[in-house]
Amino acid sequence: MALDLDQLLKDAEGMIADANSPDALENTRVELLGKKGRLTDALKAIGQLPKEEKPAAGQAVNKIKVQVQAKLDERKLVLDQHALAEKLAADALDVTLPGRAGYQGGLHPVTLTIERICALFGSLGFSTVHGPEIEDDHHNFEALNIPAHHPARAMHDTFYFDATRLLRTHTSPVQVRHMSANQPPMRILAPGRVYRCDSDQTHSPMFHQVEGLLVDRDVGLTDLMGHLEGFLQRFFDQDNCEIRFRPSYFPFTEPSAEVDIRINKGPWLEVLGSGVVHPAVFRAAGIDTEAFTGYAFGLGVERLAMLRYGVTDLRQFFENDMRFLAQFH
Amino acid sequence: MKFSENWLREWVNPPVDTDTLSDQLTFLGLEVDEVVSAQPGFSDVVIARIDKIRPHPDAKKLRICDVDCGMIDLVQVVCGAPNARLGLVTALAQVGGVLPSGMKIKAAKLRGEDSSGMLCSAAELGLSESNDGIIELPANAPVGEPLASYLELNDNIIDIELTPDRGDCLSLRGIARDLCAKNDISLLLHEITNVAPQHKEEWLVQVAPSSSCVRYCGRIIRNVNLSEPSPTWMSERLRRAGVRAINPAVDVTNYVMLELGQPMHAFDLDKLQGTIQVREAGEGETVELLDGRTVELSGDTTVIADDSGAIGIAGIMGGLSTAVDENTTNILFEAALFLPERTIGKPRQYKCHTESSQRFERGVDPKLQKDAMEYATGLLMNLAGGQPGPVTDWQDTRGLPLGEPVLLRRSRLQRIIGVAPEPDNVERILKRLGIDAEAQGDDWTVTPPSYRYDLRIEEDFIEEVARVNGFDSLPRTSPVHKPEFREVKETFVSLISIKQHMVNRGYQEVVTYSFVDAEQQNTLRPDLAALPLANPISSDLAVMRTTLLGGLLDTQRRNQSRQLNSLRVFETGLRFLQASDAVTDTLLDASFHDDLQIGHGLIQQSMLAGLAVGLREPESWNTTADEVDFFDVKSDLEALLSNANGNQITFGECALDTLHPGQRASVLANGVQVGYIGRLNPGLQKAVDLNTAPVVFEVALKVLQTSTLPAVTPVSKFPHVRRDLALLVDDNIAWSKLESCIQSAAPAIVQSVKPFDLYEGDKVDAGKKSVAIGLILQDFSRTLEEQEVEDAVESILAAVTSQLGAELRG
Repeated sequence: MALDLDQLLKDAEGMIADANSPDALENTRVELLGKKGRLTDALKAIGQLPKEEKPAAGQAVNKIKVQVQAKLDERKLVLDQHALAEKLAADALDVTLPGRAGYQGGLHPVTLTIERICALFGSLGFSTVHGPEIEDDHHNFEALNIPAHHPARAMHDTFYFDATRLLRTHTSPVQVRHMSANQPPMRILAPGRVYRCDSDQTHSPMFHQVEGLLVDRDVGLTDLMGHLEGFLQRFFDQDNCEIRFRPSYFPFTEPSAEVDIRINKGPWLEVLGSGVVHPAVFRAAGIDTEAFTGYAFGLGVERLAMLRYGVTDLRQFFENDMRFLAQFH
Repeated sequence: MKFSENWLREWVNPPVDTDTLSDQLTFLGLEVDEVVSAQPGFSDVVIARIDKIRPHPDAKKLRICDVDCGMIDLVQVVCGAPNARLGLVTALAQVGGVLPSGMKIKAAKLRGEDSSGMLCSAAELGLSESNDGIIELPANAPVGEPLASYLELNDNIIDIELTPDRGDCLSLRGIARDLCAKNDISLLLHEITNVAPQHKEEWLVQVAPSSSCVRYCGRIIRNVNLSEPSPTWMSERLRRAGVRAINPAVDVTNYVMLELGQPMHAFDLDKLQGTIQVREAGEGETVELLDGRTVELSGDTTVIADDSGAIGIAGIMGGLSTAVDENTTNILFEAALFLPERTIGKPRQYKCHTESSQRFERGVDPKLQKDAMEYATGLLMNLAGGQPGPVTDWQDTRGLPLGEPVLLRRSRLQRIIGVAPEPDNVERILKRLGIDAEAQGDDWTVTPPSYRYDLRIEEDFIEEVARVNGFDSLPRTSPVHKPEFREVKETFVSLISIKQHMVNRGYQEVVTYSFVDAEQQNTLRPDLAALPLANPISSDLAVMRTTLLGGLLDTQRRNQSRQLNSLRVFETGLRFLQASDAVTDTLLDASFHDDLQIGHGLIQQSMLAGLAVGLREPESWNTTADEVDFFDVKSDLEALLSNANGNQITFGECALDTLHPGQRASVLANGVQVGYIGRLNPGLQKAVDLNTAPVVFEVALKVLQTSTLPAVTPVSKFPHVRRDLALLVDDNIAWSKLESCIQSAAPAIVQSVKPFDLYEGDKVDAGKKSVAIGLILQDFSRTLEEQEVEDAVESILAAVTSQLGAELRG
């Protein structure tokens, strides 16, 4: 009997090792432990034994049964892992292929630049306002101290619709509108499209400006210079950027300054006009010229974008060639 | 304003080099555009005299000249110039020399005759544009001397760009005054001496009070000789100022204008008919100008006239009929003052921008006319002889534009600049600029000099102080700021987040012109009258857009021509509607606009427009070649609208024929049309020159900018039940109709109704379609009973069967 059991265990181990799939292993399990399995038979055979041998034989068979079950479990684990490994191997991808294609969108460089300008001035408490693009003579000129026939009008090649309506030549009318409707102190930016009747490599009939206006109790030229210099240094965010202020003339500011910039010792480029708000502009907007002073500036957005991104032809901004625009993604 | 540096240094000569001088000008606000050498770029050119001249044996037009150029032997040169003649002193480019054109002078044989050099014209030397023969130098010009040193070409031409307020700097004296202040030195003295009259004859001048003239000086000078050109010192200075020498009388007027800033005119006295009358032109009166044009005048134009009529436009250009020429012997000089406000705009009106008009538009010193007359008289007598009469000086003393005294407060200086300069610094600068300053405690009473039209208010004087000290010398400061919380509206969707949303959906932002081609505009929105520009830059940029579609279609066309056929683009910006259309554009209600209006009857409405065309997905190893369709773009638009759900959005019928009649929809917010979406009508494809009709949309931006604050409802803990229905309906029944029929019949437990399949084809009858609908049912307080679900489905089926004739498909 003892010998039989050893053989049975040996046979079982062989059968389990030979089972090469979960199905085969299940068959083996049934063959060994099922109702008609060999171990079940062996247990049944114990009944035929003399009474005094029964307990020992029962223990021996049960011990083998536990061992067989352990072998079965062990084999199942191996086979499951193997099956999983095979399945995973079959699922393997060429991970170097590109991901599922989609269209890549992007913002226009003019938008990127305006956002950057607004973010920088936003950190100083400037908020953004908007105004109409078709303006009237009053807001575009008169209220900015540019009466009819003023020589400064020649500096603005204006698109007209009729005697009073025109396309704004600068974003300055927005400051007029804002000052007329609000009380100082104020810190505003007015980005947007502006129009001049001029077109060549360096002039576009439509371009963008950001107007800035700060009105408070005591604001002077040195504040203007401090803010604009700080802005330009941070906008260009590089060491080799020089900034200079030049006296100039705008009817709506006095004193007035043009700001030039040069990068890497290249040529000086004019990027903005600015100045201390002219009292006539305050008066037109109903602001007390003795109680308040202020500064204003007008930034050329495309000019800044050209310098920042190395664009050489202004017209590229409006040709909307995807090969150009995609470079800003 | 362009001028010779040497000439300027006769007025002020600070101890600084050219570069520093140029920087000083720029930082005074007189921006230097360019500094170039007065030497046009020739070498080895000497003064030479033709001592012998004979015809060339083999060439009719050539002659052989033996010229003296200061060497022992004469040099033989073959010359083709018609004015080559015995004794002429001219310029010889010697062998080895170079001309500005780059031409190198070599010894050569011309038709067999030796030629060792070249006699040069002023044009060949880069000294003039005129090319009529070789240059003629005065007979006493020193033969053999290099031409460059004789003409003092060791000089620079400085070109400054003046702002319109600085009329005073349209003269060397004016520029010099600014440099005096900068360097704290005095103007070099130029005494103008009065020239004693040699006869008593005056020409009668009558000035009408309605004219632009407030001062008029005239003087007769008899017996001048204008047959010889002005000497080279004068013609060279004029050349370096960009003015062509003509004859001594004209040259003197230009010279005085450049130096002092007073435009002058010379009439041929013998061509004048009767008195000089300064008056307003008769409406439609004509005048033949010096440039040969005859222009018709408007009544508000001041003219100089004689008994024959207008003989010049005051302060702008003289007339041809009384012009001086080399045969003129008696002249009348004019030095007048015409008011800027009456002159501005006239040069543009008559397309006649002259040196004179430039100065009168900006303002000429009202105290200058008599001095200029005396100075010009002296100069002319030196050049051309003549006997001057007395100066006629008429002036309307009340009309002279002179500045009033202004209080300049030290406290205001501090406030406007940010720092206050020392009082003596202020006074020194004011004095150097010719400003009269009288101290009053901490302040000054300041009076501008007659030549500074730009100094009228306190701030003008403050700028002078800051400007002369130099902006770059000022500290950089930041004003005191008490920040306050700003309103942050949570229900406002910013423009940038809308743009970013489009970008995230794969769209590229573009920026196109706001003015478009009228014809294309009319093709896209024939129902709207686009606002035309009065002065468009070209016909394809002539009217204001009434839709943003045009720019997007242009973008597609441009990129398509570069073989880029798959495109997703969007733009935001204004469209412009005229009076009548603003209320009748039924396709897109203009009441959804920003508050950007400047008056009644013109709407400037912010829009968002998008365009998609080409492949649904960019070509790759795992994508299909499907083209983008209506529903792709609708999904993008829906995603955008779901982000901004402050308004109840629906899609409805659309009547815009610009779009495909079977693939178009209007977008409604609370039932009002705020946009549309659809495929471009293929019938228009040719007209807009596109190879594929794109899917486009346009929607009023304001709709997208309003969202609602989330108001959270509880989430059910109980399981939901799904029931699917396949309904057979007539194929003209829209989903929206089916959906609303289901919704109205469904009890509250029906949480969602979604189509999950649509079939039209062989397996259903013609004219029918099968729509598979998924219903989700759920209650918030309990698990649903089977019977409730069945009842709900039954009531939905009953409604669609009775109202829409739908059948449940087996």
